[in-house]
Amino acid sequence: MRLEKRPQPSRLWTAVTPVLAVLLTMLVGGIMFALLDTPPLEAIRTIFWDPVFGEFAFYYRGQLLVKAGPLILIAIGLSLGFRAGIWNIGAEGQYIMGAICGAAVGLAFYPMEARWMIFPLMVLAGGLGGWAWAMIPAVLKVRFGTNEILVSLMLVYVAEAFLASVSQGLLKNPEGMGFPGSRNLQQYPSAANHELIAGTGMHWGVVAALIAVIFAYVLLARHLQGFNIRLTGEAPRAARFAGVQPARIIVFCLGTAGALAGMAGLFEVAGPAGQITIDFNSGYGFTAIIVAFLGRLHPVGILLAGLLMALTYIGGEAAQSTLGLPGASIQLLQGMLLFFLLATDVFTNYRIRIGQGARA
Amino acid sequence: MDLSAINPILLIASLMVSATPILLAAIGEMVTEKAGVLNLGVEGMMITGAVVGFAVGVNSGSPLLGFVGAALASALLSLSFGLLTQYLLSNQVATGLGLTLVGLGLSALIGKPYEGIKSPTLGDIHLPLLSDIPVIGPILFQHDIMVYLSIALVAAVWAVLKYTRIGLVLRAVGENHDAAHALGYKVIRIRLLAIMFGGACAGLGGAYLSLVRVPQWTEGMTAGAGWIALAIVVFASWKPWRVLVGAYLFGGVTVLQLNLQAAGLKVPVEYLSMSPYLITILVLVIISARGFHGAPASLGRSFHASS
Repeated sequence: MRLEKRPQPSRLWTAVTPVLAVLLTMLVGGIMFALLDTPPLEAIRTIFWDPVFGEFAFYYRGQLLVKAGPLILIAIGLSLGFRAGIWNIGAEGQYIMGAICGAAVGLAFYPMEARWMIFPLMVLAGGLGGWAWAMIPAVLKVRFGTNEILVSLMLVYVAEAFLASVSQGLLKNPEGMGFPGSRNLQQYPSAANHELIAGTGMHWGVVAALIAVIFAYVLLARHLQGFNIRLTGEAPRAARFAGVQPARIIVFCLGTAGALAGMAGLFEVAGPAGQITIDFNSGYGFTAIIVAFLGRLHPVGILLAGLLMALTYIGGEAAQSTLGLPGASIQLLQGMLLFFLLATDVFTNYRIRIGQGARA
Repeated sequence: MDLSAINPILLIASLMVSATPILLAAIGEMVTEKAGVLNLGVEGMMITGAVVGFAVGVNSGSPLLGFVGAALASALLSLSFGLLTQYLLSNQVATGLGLTLVGLGLSALIGKPYEGIKSPTLGDIHLPLLSDIPVIGPILFQHDIMVYLSIALVAAVWAVLKYTRIGLVLRAVGENHDAAHALGYKVIRIRLLAIMFGGACAGLGGAYLSLVRVPQWTEGMTAGAGWIALAIVVFASWKPWRVLVGAYLFGGVTVLQLNLQAAGLKVPVEYLSMSPYLITILVLVIISARGFHGAPASLGRSFHASS
C-alpha cells in the first residue's frame, strides 16, 4: 500500500473528512467515556443530540449561538492567516486585550446614558485593542523576521497577567465590596450587549460573526487581496514574482484576526460574561483554532464548525451535570477532533494505491 | 523592599532547579528538530509527563518510577504526532498545536483525583567533598539526581550529534531528507525515533515540575514552559551547549522574578510574572534580527518518497 500525491486536493474529500473526523471522535470518545464508567451511547447522545433535539432543547438552542458567536468570529480571522501560512495562535491574548480595552471605554463613561455612542465606541475600542495586540507579532515578524507562533503565544500569558492585574486594580468595581472584578456591564444599559431576540441567544457578537463570514467569503472568492492571501499560502515564490508584498499580507492577516478576536472579547465581556474578572476568558481563542481547521479554513465551513464546537461545549456541560462526566473530557474530545481531522486529511491530498499500480 | 533578603548563593542554586524542566524539554526538542521535525506539541507532552509522573510517583511512592512513567507516557503521546506527520503527512504546525490541545485535556482528565496531594520527594545528593566547597558547593553539588542527569543529557546529545555515526545520519535527515533517502537511510524511522526522544525528554521535564519543582499537581501547571523550551531551541541556534545556557538564563530570570516578589519590590506581582514571557520575546527578536543560523534545512517539511 502506498500514497500517491493528487495533482490537486480532492474536493469531495475536503468535504467528507470533517464528517469522518466527527464520527471517529464519537467512536474514540465513546471508548473513553466507557473507560470513565459513563454509558458511552448516552454520553454521546447528551453531547451531540440532546442540546438540539432533546427535551430541554428550547433552553440549549439559545446557548448554541452564544457560544458559537465568538468562536466563529475568532476563527474567521485566524483562517485568513492560516491560509497564507501565518500562524497566529495567540488569539486568546487578543481576545482578552480587546475585552479589557472595550470594557475600559464603557466603564469610563459610567453612569452616562448614551447607548447610541457608548456601545459602538466600545466595539471599536475592543477591535482596536485586539488589533494592537496582534500588531506586536506582525511588526516583529515584518521588521525582524521573528517567529509569530512563539511571540503571539507568549503574549497570551502576558495578556492573562495583565487581566489579573486590571481586574484587581484599574477596572475593579469601586462598589464591589473589595471583590475582584469590574462593574457588571449587563447592569449598565448603555454598555450591555443584550440578547436581541429573546430566547435565541442572538446578540451583537453573533451578528458580527455572520457579517464576518460574509465578508470573508467575498474577500476570498471575489477580491484581489483574498487571492493574494491564498497565493501566498499555496505558492509563496509565485506570489513574490506576482508582486505580492509578504509584509502587507502579514500585517493584514494578523491585524484582521486580532481585531475580530478583540471584538469577540468585547461582545463576550459586555454580554454573556458581564464583567471583567480574572478568568472571564474561557479559552475560546484556542478552541477557535480547531474551529478554523474543522471548517477547512472556508467561511461557510467555519460557520458550521463553530456551531458544532458550540454544541460540544453545551452538551459537555449538560453531560457534566447529568452524567457526572469530568469537564476535562470535553476538552480532550475537542483536541481529538482536530487530531482525527488532520489524520483523515491524508485522503484529501493523497490517493491510496494498493499493490504495485502503474505510476501516474 | 529588602534586597538583602535575597541570598545570591541560594538564588543561583535554585536557578538550576528552576531551569531543569525547560532544559530537559528543550534538549529533546532540539534533537527532534535536528531530524527536521518541528513538534509544537512540547507543552502538551510536558503537561502529560507532569501528570503521569505525579500519578506514578504518588501511587508507587517512588519519584524515580514517576520519571520513568512520565518519559514513557510522553514518548507514547509523541508517537501519535509521529504517525500523523510521518505516515499520514499532516501539517506539522497544525498537528503540533493539536498535540498540545490533546495533552492539556488529557492531563486535566487524569489529574483530577490528584489535586491537592503532596508527592514523595526526590532527595538531594550531596556529592562528597565537592559539596563542602564554600559557595560553589551549595550552588553546584547539592542537587537532586535529575539536575545532574539533565546536564549529562546535554553532554550526551552534544557528543552523539558531533562524533557518532548516528548523529551524522540524524543531521543528514534533518538537512536534506531526499539525499538521506537516496543514500538508503530510513528517513521516517529515524524521524519517529527522534520525535519519541523529544517526547520522552519533555515528559521528564514535566515530571520534574510536578515532582520536584512545585511539587504538586495543578491543572495547566506548565504555564507555557513548553513554548519557552521551543523558543530556547531557536535562541540556541540548535546547539546543545547553548540550549543549556539559554535554559539557565531563563531559569535565572524566573528565580530572580520570584525572589523580587518575595522581597516586596514595589511592582505589582502580575507585572513581575509577565517578565519571563516578555524576555523570551525580546530574546527571540534579538536572535531573529541577527538572522537564523543553524536551522536544519528540512525543518518542518514533510517527507514523501515519491515527490
